[in-house]
Amino acid sequence: MIFVPFFINAHSQNIPVYESFEDYKSLLNRNNDTTYVINFWATYCAPCIKEMPVFRKLEKNYDNKPVKIVLTSLDFGSNVKDRVRSFMDRHKIRSKVVILDDPDGNSWIGQVSEKWSGALPGTLIYNGNSREFYEKTFTYNELESIVKSKIRKP
Amino acid sequence: MKKLALTILFGLLVVPYVMAQGYDIGDKAMNFNLKNVDGNHVSLSDYKDEKGVIVIFTCNHCPYAQAWEERIIQIDKQYDKRGYPVVAIQPNDPKLSPGDSFENMKKRANEKNYTFPYLLDETQEVYRTYGAERTPHAFVLENQSGDFVVKYIGTIDDNYKNANAVEKKYLATAVDALLNGNNPEPAKTKAIGCSIKD
Repeated sequence: MIFVPFFINAHSQNIPVYESFEDYKSLLNRNNDTTYVINFWATYCAPCIKEMPVFRKLEKNYDNKPVKIVLTSLDFGSNVKDRVRSFMDRHKIRSKVVILDDPDGNSWIGQVSEKWSGALPGTLIYNGNSREFYEKTFTYNELESIVKSKIRKP
Repeated sequence: MKKLALTILFGLLVVPYVMAQGYDIGDKAMNFNLKNVDGNHVSLSDYKDEKGVIVIFTCNHCPYAQAWEERIIQIDKQYDKRGYPVVAIQPNDPKLSPGDSFENMKKRANEKNYTFPYLLDETQEVYRTYGAERTPHAFVLENQSGDFVVKYIGTIDDNYKNANAVEKKYLATAVDALLNGNNPEPAKTKAIGCSIKD
């Protein structure tokens, strides 16, 4: 059992790097009352960057609610951690950010969702066993209505 | 009767949806006629004397396309002489992705000494019909008496980061299988890539 540092504040400056999907995948399989919004992105992906304010707004509006955003960066190359960290600082992103650095996409993209081709950006939204994958960019209203529908009634 | 009506209705709803999904293994690929960076037009039918064609949807700006670019050139050098040349198609709308304009495509092809055509999918009809989902995205077509039949859809290999760390050469293995008279296995693979700008 590998300990996954899940509750890391983005400001702690410690971005977890997962070199294998095996270590990462527990983030996609938490079974509790929280709705998880798992966005796959990269700092060099223009539509991903355009979509960031949507996640920032969700983070702000759903503070204190059982909703967690995990921005999963697929950045690669030299100084990945520094580049992602400075991007987060510049864009004032408070959501949890992790780096998934497993280059054999064919071995794991289908485990995220059979529906995903591997194109960026993509977003998995799940609550327990209720899960959907979206290979698209969201408007805030679209994203919020999906998240609302996933939040379990008490 | 009600059941039949429902079946027909369901069929009507499903068929256009399936068609919008692009090609699957065994489908016959459409011909195209697209502008190459050298100013000429290139058609799939120009390759009727080859054993097949490796069509790769790729572009200038995408870091994954750049990471695999040198390997695409090597694949063309290796397989062109064995009857499977590469044809690269740039599917992005240059208005949305200025780095992928026709002028920039010409520059890149010259700088990197592309050994294969680099075509602009101006109307974006070709990538939509093929069902390319990202850059880079490869389709291996086998020439069956003039019909180009889709035999492999997917990625180039299992490591965009490091050509020296590649363990599974999915695309080359697929073409080798066809050259040996076998069907590629796996016939479909996935990889992280850039969404197509449309």
